Amino acid sequence: MHVKPISQHFNDFVIERERARCINCEVCVRQCSYEAHFWDEARQFVVHDSARCVGCHRCAAMCPTSCLTIRKKPSDFRDNSLWTSTYIKHIFKQADTGGVLLSGMGNPQPKPIYWDNMLLDASQVTNPSIDPLREPMELRTFLGAKPDAVDFIHTPEGPRLKQPLPPQLQLEYPIMFAAMSFGAINFNLHVAMARAATQLGICYNTGEGGLHPDLYQYGANTIVQVASGRFGVHKDYLNAGAAVEIKVGQGAKPGIGGHLPGEKIDEEVSRTRMVPQGSDAISPAPHHDIYSIEDLLQLIYAIKESTRYRVPVAVKIAAVHNAPAIASGIVRAGADIVVIDGFRGGTGAAPTMIRDNVGIPIELALASVDNRLRDEGIRNHASLVVAGGVRCSADVVKAIALGADAVYIGTAALVAVGCTLCGRCYTGKCPWGIATNAAQLKKRQNPDVAAQRMANLVRAWGHEIQEMLGGMGLNSIESLRGNRDKLRGVGLNEVELNVLGIKHAGL
Amino acid sequence: MSGDVMCDEKGFCVQREGERCVIDATGVYYRQLNEHIRAALEHGVTDIEVVQVRGQRYIATAVEGDVRFAVRGVPGQDLGAFMRGPTIHVHGNAQDGVGNTMDGGRIVIHGMAGDVLGYAMRDGRILVRGDVGYRVGIHMKAYMDRVPVIVVGGKAGDFLGEYMAGGAIILLGMHSGMADAPITGRNLGTGMHGGVIYLRGRVPEYQLGPGLSMEPVDEADLAFLRGHIADFAAEFAGKFGAGAGGSGTEGQAAPADAGALAVAILSEPFVKIRPFSHRPYGNMYVGTN
Repeated sequence: MHVKPISQHFNDFVIERERARCINCEVCVRQCSYEAHFWDEARQFVVHDSARCVGCHRCAAMCPTSCLTIRKKPSDFRDNSLWTSTYIKHIFKQADTGGVLLSGMGNPQPKPIYWDNMLLDASQVTNPSIDPLREPMELRTFLGAKPDAVDFIHTPEGPRLKQPLPPQLQLEYPIMFAAMSFGAINFNLHVAMARAATQLGICYNTGEGGLHPDLYQYGANTIVQVASGRFGVHKDYLNAGAAVEIKVGQGAKPGIGGHLPGEKIDEEVSRTRMVPQGSDAISPAPHHDIYSIEDLLQLIYAIKESTRYRVPVAVKIAAVHNAPAIASGIVRAGADIVVIDGFRGGTGAAPTMIRDNVGIPIELALASVDNRLRDEGIRNHASLVVAGGVRCSADVVKAIALGADAVYIGTAALVAVGCTLCGRCYTGKCPWGIATNAAQLKKRQNPDVAAQRMANLVRAWGHEIQEMLGGMGLNSIESLRGNRDKLRGVGLNEVELNVLGIKHAGL
Repeated sequence: MSGDVMCDEKGFCVQREGERCVIDATGVYYRQLNEHIRAALEHGVTDIEVVQVRGQRYIATAVEGDVRFAVRGVPGQDLGAFMRGPTIHVHGNAQDGVGNTMDGGRIVIHGMAGDVLGYAMRDGRILVRGDVGYRVGIHMKAYMDRVPVIVVGGKAGDFLGEYMAGGAIILLGMHSGMADAPITGRNLGTGMHGGVIYLRGRVPEYQLGPGLSMEPVDEADLAFLRGHIADFAAEFAGKFGAGAGGSGTEGQAAPADAGALAVAILSEPFVKIRPFSHRPYGNMYVGTN
């Protein structure tokens, strides 16, 4: 007879402890919030239970004698390319509990990653490459609607625009920190994102959990988000940021809302979201005041009225089959920025089936949205920001060459502060102190150190982007935008090449 | 009205008398109208009467402070959205989105109102003499001493109080233009995880969303109801109970005196609808990865 559910006999990881090197210091015991390591009172040494291990590697990283190794459990089920261990374990869990499968972080499935099938160009002989270390290289990006034409008036100080430009968001790098709500991640990391964004001259996004009063000071580098739950949304919040983003959908879970579980709603989260402690914070799947493009227009302009047309308004959708038509509607509804979040986008919690099976790759969605907006002659009416699976500066360059104005990075920013993608964000026990509000865990993130690490990452990417631009003979990010001639496909079929609007390598 | 003529830099002028002014909305696009309203508020006006309103949107949206609006005509979508503090009287019907994500204040509609009234409203009062449309009070929420309350004299459409997380909706079903309709439509309170809906009379169980209970009110509920019904009666005494929305006929002639009207409203039993749990989906999931 089983004393524990079947699913718990087939753990994913094994903890290996080199007994000779272990000094029984109990660092691992204190570091593991899942209690995989513990002190054995009878035998007077540290032991572990691999069944509790989530594979976050916190213990191995902190062990002073490096005596711990975390491995994937080698004794797996019999090989079967249909019935992989993932599906077998899912069924065991669901048979045990009757529960909906829940996952953290983005889609890990081996679906095509088109970034890896696109290669960049470089100048040779003609149109010489540019050395960004010695010559100016412009990464500054302005997000917002651009006029169809501009008129100048000549003044003694030089030419000036006749008509004021629509509100713009000025970014020193074409990279922003993606929406991750206070609640999903903790306050220390919101401070870190705010400080890093301020240092870098970019923006971070509050996510849908409101804005803590201590963070209003970073407003010039903040995008405030309005989602269907309207948590912490009020007049001051809308006016606190440099832009407002209406979240319609999220790449990790298109078509469904969100639940921040009551466990994660402590006093500060409660104060910021303006919901009671311990109660679930439920975001309905749709905004119930938006059932059409006309309704979306209504909310966009309610926000514009509320902010007196001072700041651009963004609308974020998940990359889905009809993204181009939807994006066209969004632009026509008056959005200044369209954000498309691909099916690899991260999340603190999403039903596994939805995360892994709903939505389309961001590369394809981006190319087709950019095409559609250009074909309709409205591409300049809004900027295009993409998110969901941007892992490195080359992905950023490829995204911009496909037509994006800028990218959001979420997972990459968390990896910068220690995330190892163990994917248990929804437990609120993140041993790296990221997706947790527990006092003992969140203090593992020092906001100053975290801010520095995030800023380092973006600066490093900035240098790399400049190198790649220079190599292509370009001296500004503007010249790369939508410049698909700088891309070539490898290992792609004709349909994929057509959707991406690029030639195959060799052509 | 005599008094100063106050003009903004765009040449739009309003008659101003002390802290009061009248703005004629005839032929004025909503953007300009709202600019004029904001300009008047910045000039220290505290009582604004907007006349000849024909569907202009966003009136009093994101306005803050102790100011009063009288709206004559039919205001457009998102009346008083995000607002915190003002009192608005609409002498006529209102369209959709009244009090959207409202943060405080008071909206009194001396007619009927459209869909999505009080969406995600966090504080304040909305009183409607007649019927309201679909999706009213969705995701209302309460926080600390902020408790939003909607009182509707008529009937409501489907999805009343869906996802409700706090606050109260009081539905009287008396002053209605829809004689044959039930007091509220389908999917009442679906996904509700906080707050309470009070109904005068009752609804068949099948109209309730899952996870909800319907019970008779107790003494504490009655005390709460008495306060809000008295407030409602004071607004609408003499104008309530004999037809709604200008066309209806349901309801007996009601007392013209506020006290007597409140007694008449409370003469029928109320039920309250509440969720069993403030964590309806707490046990729905099993972790993976």
